[in-house]
Amino acid sequence: MKHKNINTNIKAALTLATAALLGTSNVSQAETDSNSGVEENTWEFDSAFLFYSEADRVSAGEAIFNAKKTFVGDEVLNLKLTIDALTGASANGAVAQPTVQTFTRPSGNGQYTVTAGDTPLDDTFQDTRVQLNAQWTQAIAPNYTANGGVHISKEYDYLSLGVNGNLAFDFDRKNSTISAGFSYFQDTFTPEGGLPQALSSMLIGDSNSATWDDDFANTRIGADDTKTTTEVLLGFTQVINRRMITQFNYSYATVDGYLTDPFKVISVVDGVSGLTQDNIYESRPDSRVKQSLYAQALYHFDSTVLDVSYRYMWDDWKIDSHTIDTRFRIPLGDAFGTQSYLQPHFRFYQQSAAEFYQPFLIDGAALPTYASADYRIGEMSTFTVGLKYGLLVNNGHDLSFRLEYYRQAPTDAGFEAPGALKELDLYPTIDAIIAQVTYSF
Amino acid sequence: MRKNIKLILVVPLIVVATGCASLGVEPWERDLLARDEMSLNSTPIDSSLDDHIYFSKEASSGGKGFGGGGCGCN
Repeated sequence: MKHKNINTNIKAALTLATAALLGTSNVSQAETDSNSGVEENTWEFDSAFLFYSEADRVSAGEAIFNAKKTFVGDEVLNLKLTIDALTGASANGAVAQPTVQTFTRPSGNGQYTVTAGDTPLDDTFQDTRVQLNAQWTQAIAPNYTANGGVHISKEYDYLSLGVNGNLAFDFDRKNSTISAGFSYFQDTFTPEGGLPQALSSMLIGDSNSATWDDDFANTRIGADDTKTTTEVLLGFTQVINRRMITQFNYSYATVDGYLTDPFKVISVVDGVSGLTQDNIYESRPDSRVKQSLYAQALYHFDSTVLDVSYRYMWDDWKIDSHTIDTRFRIPLGDAFGTQSYLQPHFRFYQQSAAEFYQPFLIDGAALPTYASADYRIGEMSTFTVGLKYGLLVNNGHDLSFRLEYYRQAPTDAGFEAPGALKELDLYPTIDAIIAQVTYSF
Repeated sequence: MRKNIKLILVVPLIVVATGCASLGVEPWERDLLARDEMSLNSTPIDSSLDDHIYFSKEASSGGKGFGGGGCGCN
């Protein structure tokens, strides 16, 4: 009973705070309904904390707070706040070498060294991000539902603004739905130290020398740049029978502007010895057209639920990818907590390399217009295995825990490694742990 | 290969779309479909956290929903 009161108070306080922020006055209504679950004209809150950690690389913490209000007329307002902090080391694109390597930090302030045989990681990776999303959904005519939303995300060196809209039409006793959506993002990138000149050499030397700042500035093309993402998403949902529902989506997205990663370099190595002669900043095209097909099916067995999806994505960088994602929800009854369940998760992902991906360049060969050694656009497969456990606590509030293991395995797409590179690991695997707690009230 | 994959995806879509008449349920048969766990996006918080991870680490994004910009992580 004491717990109930505390929870009621927390929910009432949050309702009051949210209502105050929005200038609405439905507090008394929400207070009286705060323990009655999903009812109209009340707020529902979801909170989650996720911890992501790669062995020897990046660690991130991400917190989400979501507030959803369903009004009397079934209009839904959804507000989401996301805060994440990231720290650790990230591959800078250069290849491992049999000797110690020195790199200049992206900001130009100082250098870092990498031990012989190790994949070069830039350990200055650090950022905090705040994101706000607001989404409004309502029926606009019989069988027509519209929704629209805005997005803002701010990091120290990055600003993203977005809008989206979607219209859905239900037919055949609401067994079928077709939908069309549109989204537009405008992102501005302002990395510390500015944007490097594509394919220019990374300046290495004494960063305390009198000429360093001028020399470093000569490798820069500006302080900031932008990119826009325009996407159209067409969807079709079909109820098959009492136990099964399916969804099919087609997406077409164009990304224009600065798509290069200003923190990434590519090694220029000797064609015989494999030893690095230079590290140059990567260069990507200034446009990308991505398309995807997505299919999902949910099937309700007698008590368990199977959720399977498949996505095929392809783009004009010649990347194509396959993603299979499955979840299987197994109710445990009340034996391990009220209405508890276990949900194993398995995800497999495989991508081909972008046409301009190269793990290294050969010294003396003509420089390509575009080149990147970022493993994330190279040939790679990844898998995720996880388990989620959930139960109801405190008058029907959902509490769940999720633990997952994620492995990224870059693969060699047939690049001939010269000399010393033969003995080094050019495609190291990355292991990560994902842990999450979610509480809904 | 790519054409075949598209065909594999598009053909069932057409079959499903044209076969609507024999598919679906009556309103009183929605007991299972109405459950939270049968929703196409039953755990939006998990999805949004996952999308952020995979957007940052892989070359693909979206498909289920919009995969647009949003962070400088890729």
